Amino acid sequence: MKHSDLHPDLDADLPAELPTALRATVLGTAGTAHNGTARPALSRRGFIAVSTAASVTALAGGFSLGFHVPALAQAAPSPGAAPSTTPELNAWVVVRPDDSVLIRIARSEMGQGTLTGLAQLVAEELECDWARVTTEYPTPGQNLARNRVWGNMSTGGSRGIRESHDYVRKGGATARVMLVQAAAQQWNVPAAECSVAKGVITHTPSGRTLRYGQVAEAASRLAPPADVPLKDPSRWALAGKRLARLDTADKVTGKQVFGADLQLPGMLNAAIKACPVFGGKVRGFNAAAISNRPGVKKVVPVGDNAVAVIADTWWRAKTALDALPIDWDFGPNANASSDAFAQTLKAALDAPEAGVGNSNGDARAALSQAPRKLQAVYSYPHQNHATMEPMNATVRYTPERCEVWTPTQNGEAALAATAEASGLPPSRCEVYKLHLGGGFGRRGAVHDWVRQAVVIAKEMPGVPVKLLWSREEDMLHGRFHPVTQCKMTAGLDAQGNITALHMRIAGQSILAGVFPQMMRDGIDRVAFQGLNNGGGEAMIGYDFPNLLIDHAIRNPHVPPGFWRGVNLNQNALYLECFLDEVAHATKQDPLALRRKLMARHPKHQAVLDAVAQRAGWGKPAPDVRGQKVFRGLAQTHGFGSYVAACAEVSVSARGELTIHRIVAATDCGHAVNPQQIEAQVEGSFAYGLSALFGACTVKNGRIEQDNFATYPVVQMRHMPKVETITMPSGGFWGGVGEPTIAVAVPAVLNAIFAATGKRIRDLPLGQQSLRRA
Amino acid sequence: MASLNVNGTPRQFDAEPDTPLLWVLREQLALTGTKYGCGIAACGACTVHVNGQPVRSCVRPVSTVSPTDKVVTIEGLSPDGSHPVQKAWVALDVPQCGYCQCGMVMATAALLRDKPNPSDKDIDEAITNICRCGTYNRIRAAIKVVAQGGNPKTAGLSIQHADGSVA
Repeated sequence: MKHSDLHPDLDADLPAELPTALRATVLGTAGTAHNGTARPALSRRGFIAVSTAASVTALAGGFSLGFHVPALAQAAPSPGAAPSTTPELNAWVVVRPDDSVLIRIARSEMGQGTLTGLAQLVAEELECDWARVTTEYPTPGQNLARNRVWGNMSTGGSRGIRESHDYVRKGGATARVMLVQAAAQQWNVPAAECSVAKGVITHTPSGRTLRYGQVAEAASRLAPPADVPLKDPSRWALAGKRLARLDTADKVTGKQVFGADLQLPGMLNAAIKACPVFGGKVRGFNAAAISNRPGVKKVVPVGDNAVAVIADTWWRAKTALDALPIDWDFGPNANASSDAFAQTLKAALDAPEAGVGNSNGDARAALSQAPRKLQAVYSYPHQNHATMEPMNATVRYTPERCEVWTPTQNGEAALAATAEASGLPPSRCEVYKLHLGGGFGRRGAVHDWVRQAVVIAKEMPGVPVKLLWSREEDMLHGRFHPVTQCKMTAGLDAQGNITALHMRIAGQSILAGVFPQMMRDGIDRVAFQGLNNGGGEAMIGYDFPNLLIDHAIRNPHVPPGFWRGVNLNQNALYLECFLDEVAHATKQDPLALRRKLMARHPKHQAVLDAVAQRAGWGKPAPDVRGQKVFRGLAQTHGFGSYVAACAEVSVSARGELTIHRIVAATDCGHAVNPQQIEAQVEGSFAYGLSALFGACTVKNGRIEQDNFATYPVVQMRHMPKVETITMPSGGFWGGVGEPTIAVAVPAVLNAIFAATGKRIRDLPLGQQSLRRA
Repeated sequence: MASLNVNGTPRQFDAEPDTPLLWVLREQLALTGTKYGCGIAACGACTVHVNGQPVRSCVRPVSTVSPTDKVVTIEGLSPDGSHPVQKAWVALDVPQCGYCQCGMVMATAALLRDKPNPSDKDIDEAITNICRCGTYNRIRAAIKVVAQGGNPKTAGLSIQHADGSVA
């Protein structure tokens, strides 16, 4: 089975987003793309010419406004660094005459630290001076022109590092060999007599030295060596270390330019409203009513379901739009509601037809013969990504060329969307990536805001137009975490052993909504994240004598999306909370019950044991401010990593929940930057635990929550202390941005049960009383 | 033309009186470090100081800020990122995506001016800004670093910086 069959695969949006010409190019070269030493389609001279032309265009456009604007999207420019007109050693590495090193980063930085981690991997093999490393994003257009020399730009599924580590390290290693070879040739000595450290090459017998910057140009003319061996991770000196991020300084001074901040000369601003009911349309609008308002330039329809106002400033565009009379045709979904859809899901829990994701034995027969059964129904609601930076894109369109500046998790998909919406071939389009003000899956699979921005800019040829969504637009027009229910049924023998387990998931399929071409025989494989029998991507950690896990797909009209953690969120909740229910019903310790089922899953068990041991499972937790503290456990496997959590909570007599601490363990195979792994684990908990407080619901066909006032999320006062155990066991590469999110909620819900006897099976907590049962 | 005193300098601008201060700063004065997050004073990404007090500028009509009021944005908090809060933020690698962090820094700077050694409860009550990346624990650690004199080693994160220092 191909890995993509099991992947929450954001790069799978390429086939969906790409126009035919680009699709052929992209797919046709996929097999060679993951090769850092591949020969570029353009000569190096050609590449430089392209870069220079872009820079000149940018300067001619007057980009020097006091803060840097990415024409070639410099991710972390170093003050005073020479421009990158020095010949590259390969697609990944440029060494400048002043010894500064430019490392190209194909994946997008959205807070997860991938830019720093990838640079560490390149620098590790390059043996350069880390203090002299800078980075930049190659553009999607350059990637296309160079036969995808930078491979996949998609940044999702926690795979920035785990799926590029090999070819980016080869990029660094290949460059190092060429630099050493150039020095050896200058000295007329064998390269084997040379050593290298921190960007200085030493001819060991004579003690002579040369700096990388002194030989970089000569090295760039050498043929790249084939099959350069990579270091064993046990010898890493930069990778694996707790290095500071490369992109922090500008984020605390206001200098970091996000897409929402971009200012281009002569730029206009656009605000947009799409029909609040999904599937609805614009019947008409009265532009004359606002055309005399200050700053308003144009009122334009966008597709058949939205209207935009273009004005000199965004605030004027937004307030004019608010005043614009719009006649909506709410369409066939005008009466849809979450309550009604919940009834559809409830019925599907017992529907005869369902796609099977994992099975062994005969669960139905075993259940019918079981002397005792336990059954419970759970649910997980729609959620919005709610990135702090709302969707935005700045577009300059002319009939000859269309350029887009946007925060995107997948520059190539953004380019494809640009080509399609502009009607220009991809070679006449370009996308400049900016660091994202949050991504979480919203900015990768579907580039709806880019298409809108291109359509709007086409109304103003030659004039850059920035489209910025209001928070309300962002909340109403998300790509939502799928809604599901799950009926868990266990058969138990007289000793309390589980003889059979049936896990019936009913509800929304992300693939059916986003990448229908990836559906196989009506089955959405991604829906079974964390429940698969093998495959290495998202595997169940238990054995049951009889098992059936199936999914009855029922899709509401709400568009689904990949939301941090994707389907692992609800699958881990369903399984881990229900196992807790079985433990309680059979008077077993929740850890002991799990361990009995994990004999063939030692890596799953290792992370679970690690959190149990660190938290002090089996011993009473110390009181906090006079409150008894209770624990709950959860474990899962997803995005290639094994994770577990032990949460400690207390619930006051009045039913108020405090989450004191979560101990988390991650086995991600290889750990590239442990301090950033800790940051990701903490962040994943803040994101995941927000589901205790907020959810998106539908009434009259539209999402009811239009801002943070009605969509509460975790804030400082809710945040537990987090202790992260990073325990890489080697031999594989797992992701870290997402996996732990899925154990946060079930561990807390299990701890709430321990504290109160209340079994929470639906989110958010809302009005559910936590007073002790 | 109306005027504002921003970061110690009188600035002229042209906007309707009910325009929020946020949008005057961002669109008329090109001070884009102050962010738009929600427009309803719920997230704090737009936090600036007006006469030393933290203000959510997305709901503050610019007409209510007089030319003599002293507005300070992230760009004016320090000339070079050397405010103790900014230094602690860098030392502990607080930001992830970074979009909310200017607001966090401004809210924290105001808190620490008011309460130089805040309790956890003080922090919970004063820092109600939203961060979707979930940097809250590093923020808390960085606030304590500043409160305790600015030595980042006290946070125990062992972050290795490119200049050789370890936080």
